[in-house]
Amino acid sequence: MAIRGLGPADAKVPSRALWVCIRNPQSAMETTMTTKPTITVDGRAVELDGERNLLEVIRKAGIELPTFCYHSDLSVYGACRLCLVDVEGRGLCGSCSTPAEPGMSIRTGTEEIREIRKITVELLLANHHQACPTCPKTHNCQLQELSRKLGVEEVRFRSTHQPVPVDKSCPSLVRDPNKCVLCGDCVRACSEVQGIGAIDFAGRGAKCTVAPAFNKGLADVECVYCGQCAAVCPTGALTIRSEVAEVWKALDDRSKTVVVQIAPAVRVGLGEQFGLEPGAVATGQIVAALKRLGFAQVYDTCFAADVTVLEEATEFLHRKAAGEKLPQFTSCCPAWVKYAEQYYPDLVDHLSTCRSPQQMFGALARQMLPARLKVENKDLVVVSIMPCTAKKFEAGLAKFRTDGRRDVDFVLTTQELARMVEERGLRFADLQPESLDLPMGFKTGAGVIFGVTGGVTEAVLRYAAEKATGVQLQGVDFLDVRGEEGLREAEVALGDTTLKVAIVHGLRNAKKLAEQVRAGTCPYDLIEVMACPGGCVGGAGQPSCRDRSAKAKRARGLYEADKMLQLHKSQENHMVAAVYRDLLGEVGGEKAHHLLHTKYHARRRITDEGFSLLGSVGAVKMSVCVGTGCYLKGSQDLLHALVRHVESQQLRDLVDVRATFCMEKCDRGPNVRINDTVIEGCSFEQACQALQAELGKTVAP
Amino acid sequence: MATHTTVNLEQVAAEYRKAGERLRRRVVICAGTGCVASGALKVHEAFARAAAEGCLEVQLELRPHDDAGNGQAGPIDVGLSKSGCQGFCQMGPLVTVEPDGLLYVKVRPADVEEIVRETLMGNGVVERLLYVEPGKAHRCRGTGDIPFYTRQSRLVLAGCGALDPESIGQYIAAGGYFAARKAYTELSAQAVCEEVLHSGLRGRGGGGFPTGRKWELTRVQGGPKKYVICNGDEGDPGAFMDRSVMEGNPHSVIEGMMIAARAIGADEGYAYIRMEYPLAVRRFRKAVADAEALGLLGEDVFGTGQRFRLHVMEGAGAFVCGEETALMASIEGRRGMPMPKPPFPAQQGLWGKPTVINNVETLATVPLILAMGSAEYRAIGTASSPGTKTFALTGHVANTGLIEVPFGTTLREIVYNIGGGVTDATGEVTGEGFKAVQIGGPSGGCLTAEHLDLPLDFDSLRSVGAMVGSGGLVVMNQQTCMVQIAKFFMQFTQNESCGKCVLCREGTKQMLALLDDVAEGRADLGTLELLEKLAYAVQKGSLCGLGKTAPSPVLSTLRHFRAEIEAHVVQKRCPTGQCKALVSPEILADKCKGCTLCARKCPVGAISGTVKQAHTIDVDKCVKCGVCAAACKFDAIVGVG
Repeated sequence: MAIRGLGPADAKVPSRALWVCIRNPQSAMETTMTTKPTITVDGRAVELDGERNLLEVIRKAGIELPTFCYHSDLSVYGACRLCLVDVEGRGLCGSCSTPAEPGMSIRTGTEEIREIRKITVELLLANHHQACPTCPKTHNCQLQELSRKLGVEEVRFRSTHQPVPVDKSCPSLVRDPNKCVLCGDCVRACSEVQGIGAIDFAGRGAKCTVAPAFNKGLADVECVYCGQCAAVCPTGALTIRSEVAEVWKALDDRSKTVVVQIAPAVRVGLGEQFGLEPGAVATGQIVAALKRLGFAQVYDTCFAADVTVLEEATEFLHRKAAGEKLPQFTSCCPAWVKYAEQYYPDLVDHLSTCRSPQQMFGALARQMLPARLKVENKDLVVVSIMPCTAKKFEAGLAKFRTDGRRDVDFVLTTQELARMVEERGLRFADLQPESLDLPMGFKTGAGVIFGVTGGVTEAVLRYAAEKATGVQLQGVDFLDVRGEEGLREAEVALGDTTLKVAIVHGLRNAKKLAEQVRAGTCPYDLIEVMACPGGCVGGAGQPSCRDRSAKAKRARGLYEADKMLQLHKSQENHMVAAVYRDLLGEVGGEKAHHLLHTKYHARRRITDEGFSLLGSVGAVKMSVCVGTGCYLKGSQDLLHALVRHVESQQLRDLVDVRATFCMEKCDRGPNVRINDTVIEGCSFEQACQALQAELGKTVAP
Repeated sequence: MATHTTVNLEQVAAEYRKAGERLRRRVVICAGTGCVASGALKVHEAFARAAAEGCLEVQLELRPHDDAGNGQAGPIDVGLSKSGCQGFCQMGPLVTVEPDGLLYVKVRPADVEEIVRETLMGNGVVERLLYVEPGKAHRCRGTGDIPFYTRQSRLVLAGCGALDPESIGQYIAAGGYFAARKAYTELSAQAVCEEVLHSGLRGRGGGGFPTGRKWELTRVQGGPKKYVICNGDEGDPGAFMDRSVMEGNPHSVIEGMMIAARAIGADEGYAYIRMEYPLAVRRFRKAVADAEALGLLGEDVFGTGQRFRLHVMEGAGAFVCGEETALMASIEGRRGMPMPKPPFPAQQGLWGKPTVINNVETLATVPLILAMGSAEYRAIGTASSPGTKTFALTGHVANTGLIEVPFGTTLREIVYNIGGGVTDATGEVTGEGFKAVQIGGPSGGCLTAEHLDLPLDFDSLRSVGAMVGSGGLVVMNQQTCMVQIAKFFMQFTQNESCGKCVLCREGTKQMLALLDDVAEGRADLGTLELLEKLAYAVQKGSLCGLGKTAPSPVLSTLRHFRAEIEAHVVQKRCPTGQCKALVSPEILADKCKGCTLCARKCPVGAISGTVKQAHTIDVDKCVKCGVCAAACKFDAIVGVG
């Protein structure tokens, strides 16, 4: 039973089996009298089947109209003007934004249209940083591809490109406006799929750009680093920040022992880059490739996922028993965690305190591997291969360190691994599969399905059901939690109680549930959140793929991999059990908590010095937070009162009153900072007193 | 306010008329932006002061209730008021004295004392402040005999100049809001649509779509929530018709919006006014507040139980927000960027609800149509374009200003009779100077001497590659370079493109670059071919009206002034000498007398030579300003100026 959400997976996938092409218009009339209405595309009748627009009908008819700004997952934008068609009686129309009406007659490739398309691509190229051979997107750039397909052999216009700085501020992504064609796909992905809007259009005419607020770097705004912008970017304007060079360096350093973990979704993604079908499980070849690249040991993040299941399910059963902090949100997805910390600081207690599998692996590796591999931690380099760009950010967080050293040193995405394989010249398809190393390469199917939306929930249920009832499960498949809808729910009987679980992917869907939790109307016990559509298989680190069914195929691949394994329940992983026996102690116990759990805190959405309200440069800086949390607690009124106070007491020259955003103590607002001291829950009187004291300190002789 | 009585228009009108009758004289000072810029407010102050010193009783505002207590109030010497733009901007500040029918032009504060003494106290005329037609001796008394006015048909603009824009009473006394009452209380919504459709009124914002049909399309949409939007985001360079109407007669626009709301079933409206028009915004806001106070706007319009609330919103400072879908996005608080149509605003407009968007002038025309009847309105203008059109007449013409003429009026009538003829570089009217008219601003095109007798309407203009647009009309004399004109408008659209669609954003930039090549001698005939191809691509392929019409100035220039443009690219010569890069000044040795005047005048010391010997110009130093050629008494300097 599923709720239809607005999630990306709801978009209708046109089925090729449905299109009908009839050569003789006369017989078309006769045939369709009793069937579906048609339109004529380049002289041939094409049936209409509820397509949203002409473009989809024309594509169904087997004609790939070129587009930059059309994505069936996103709203129609109509800006690239490449999908123009000639509609009889109306002239040229953007086919993406024109609904099909029965009887329409359309031509898709007249001389006029071909010339306009060519001019359009030439115009884009004239204002493009044409450093194609060195562009990270060169193998997969739609601008290059269209230019070739449309026969653009020269650019008749003079270059108008003005170089601007590249934004490399964030650990996950690189934003290069010099390559941007302003199609707006990234803007819509960020706002429509993730509900964030970290980037948007700024400036007019020739000065139009896509930029974060105030043209800051991505590191300084509310970006959660999910990378879905880069996944839809047709050019090299948004790309993954590569750590390949650093990993080569570690591999080349003979004093280092470099180990690697591979995330579940990687095994069904990497093969696509080397000609395998989407969803083909290539774990063995990946191990072989990694060994050839020089990694000492190749482990599986699924091992850590099995640990996560035990910890998270135990945590959940405790909460359920106590009736506390429910619903429990999953915490494996770092983009979701950052989102929750930014937008729902009041709800972070609802997040599972479990670290993500990547970080559990890192923490365990630092504990277990030095003795096992006879290497000191300083010489042990832990690398992850992830389908995800946000994992790069997560691995860099200060809280995920052992003795001051990062638990996970480097995070490579599936795409970066593919590049290393290519650079080393390995013929991936020819590699003989090799086995993962033990013990951290041993996993159950429960850990494998972590890579697909619904997988974490299913894995937890496989454990929780047995734990709660004490009865062994008959079948391990919870089909109700599987699926593609952006927001799904299911009820699961656990003994005498019924659990209500919800699964969302796409943060916009997560937002709906978070709002329910905030309003106290959320009926669920457990909510799984994945930021990327489809879950990790649809992560932005995966090979970019224009086959719209690729995500579903990758998901099927993971469920297949689960089936092929002997074990399907995390509690059956005896290697994990051994780790508890030898190192961690009890599941959910103190040591486990120390190594495998974490804490969350309110996180500001934008770095800012704030705004000076009186324009003075007084010795005392008094900043009042007007971020959402504090605003709701009346900080705006407090700010006004303080401005009046400073003016009426004629302190203008001494006090710089500032409005600022977020001191990351949202639950304790209104927050006021006077020079270096932050006063939480500050009242007008408190602020005045503190101000007086500070003035006494700094101004009095 | 829970309840209120329905406003009695007759009573309000009668009170104001009675109050007006007490005035012996009315002095109206034009307070349109043009006159204010030339000092009209100082003139107003001077009047108030001088009248007081001359012991005249002056009333600054008509107050109908002054005599409510005893009914004994006596006559008042002068009612002093400010009006909206009267159109004759070139001659401002303008002062009208009624009932004498006098119009004093270019009045300065220093002149006021004489007007008070001679006219207000002495019943005489200050002859020197009357208007004189260029080249004629006759002094015109007022609007009754000034050709600029007598040759116009001021319908929409009739109230601008006659009425105090800040007085709702005056508007009602002049018959205002009676048409709205008729629409609400006597006509069905469908009948209102039909009346407007029969009038043949076409949208004045540029497209010329039949207003009645637009309303009917919106009326038949279902749903309880609909909107009316007044598009007051007038942005064409040199156009100020809508500003003048909003500043001069805001109530006429409000009444038009009320009628539109009645016609389509809207209960809420937005007036989206260009941010750069602060006076229009202020007066419109006051007008809305006054109409609300009288109960004309609100929960129960004319006692019909129908609601109409009107919001005034300032624009976001972007030309593209005049495009209807971008305008709606801007009202919704989003970036002002056009969206593809369909869906049309009539189907899914503001916040997804059926919406009618009309231009200011269109809306101001609507009450007139209901008042005079569609048949009478239809008789004005041409068959396909009934009614009148306002134009902002600017450029090389004697009488710049705001005019209104019936559709079908010829360009010759506008330029020579109303405009007073074409001026040369010194501002003098000469017989031969006409070169072209740019009509419709950056979306429009050029008309040339061959079009002087073309009756102007929507269709005739379209047939020659121009458009009515919002009504900017720039007259150009023979010294104007058409390449420079095309560049000017392309620079404008390039800056004002929202940046959304590729063809408009990049295409305008490249058209400008190609025009630069033409103006600076880098072009060949291939450049013109490419320019033309690109212009067609942008015209055909752009997303919104801004992009689709952006190439019009280029295409129309290429069509009508091909020879002039080819001179730039083939002979590398600018026939008017305006393209500095193509200018190469030369001193003809056989004509030069060696008088040294040019060398002394040259601001950069580029000319050298000895007395009584032929001089020479150092072209590397020369800045091509043309001062030398203008100074030379022997026509010895050629190729510049």
